[in-house]
Amino acid sequence: MPVDTSYAGREYPPNAAYDVGREKLREFASAVGATHPAHLDPEAARAFGHPDVVAPPTFAVVVAQRAEAQLFEDPAAGIDFSRVVHADERFTHHRPIHAGDRLVTVLHVDSIVERAGLAMITTRAEIASQDGEAVATVVSTLAVRPEES
Amino acid sequence: MGDRPQPADLEVGQEVGRREVTVDRARLVRYAGASGDFNPIHWNDRVARSVGLPDVIAHGMWTMGAAVSVVVDWAGDPGAVVDYQVRFTRPVPVPDPGSATVEVVAVVGALDAEAGTARIDLTVTLDGVRVLGKAQAVVRLG
Repeated sequence: MPVDTSYAGREYPPNAAYDVGREKLREFASAVGATHPAHLDPEAARAFGHPDVVAPPTFAVVVAQRAEAQLFEDPAAGIDFSRVVHADERFTHHRPIHAGDRLVTVLHVDSIVERAGLAMITTRAEIASQDGEAVATVVSTLAVRPEES
Repeated sequence: MGDRPQPADLEVGQEVGRREVTVDRARLVRYAGASGDFNPIHWNDRVARSVGLPDVIAHGMWTMGAAVSVVVDWAGDPGAVVDYQVRFTRPVPVPDPGSATVEVVAVVGALDAEAGTARIDLTVTLDGVRVLGKAQAVVRLG
């Protein structure tokens, strides 16, 4: 089944909140080899003016992908994950994510473009605090290869 | 914090950091768990080969995340990285047994005095070949 291009322009309702925990940030930092003390030690983070340990720059992908699942796990969208290649990714941080944040994400499908047999799907996850403060924007483009003919 | 870079000390083209990061299968399993990205092409040879890959490949997001730590350490504060983008141009195959070593070089790409930011351009290579394109981090300066 081909990708349904009519999903372009869709905006999903805010998803279930993501609670950012210290141990998750430490685990993620360790996995990417991020050793700055502000990721690990609340006292060190406070010395930099953060309320608690802060996330590495790419941690927001963990929050964003929960919202992206609304599109990718929708059978009607026709996106076969075994044929997906990650094309590009961008994080814009309006403020750092820190432990104790409760984050709500609104997913936008910015575009679905078919090019040389590939479907290029660009999503934008707008991540905000529970009281509506903009925290991060995550823009991700995936390329979906055509089915073997 | 005293070690934040200052705009007056920087010029376009200046190298601000360089690092080699090594990735093996255990690292990919760890990243899968930490990130929640359990796509089997990042840990299962059989699945990776069945979709035409030469071997298990690293998560592009692992490479992106590992590469930026050189920028964070130079910036002095993780909160100073206000924007970070990459294009995934080539996969990083991760053999077993063994490992892959990715080299990261960070250079000042542009300075914006008004915004008080520096754009740091990252060259990320495996065996001399770029695996990320247009890898750019914008850092708010001291």
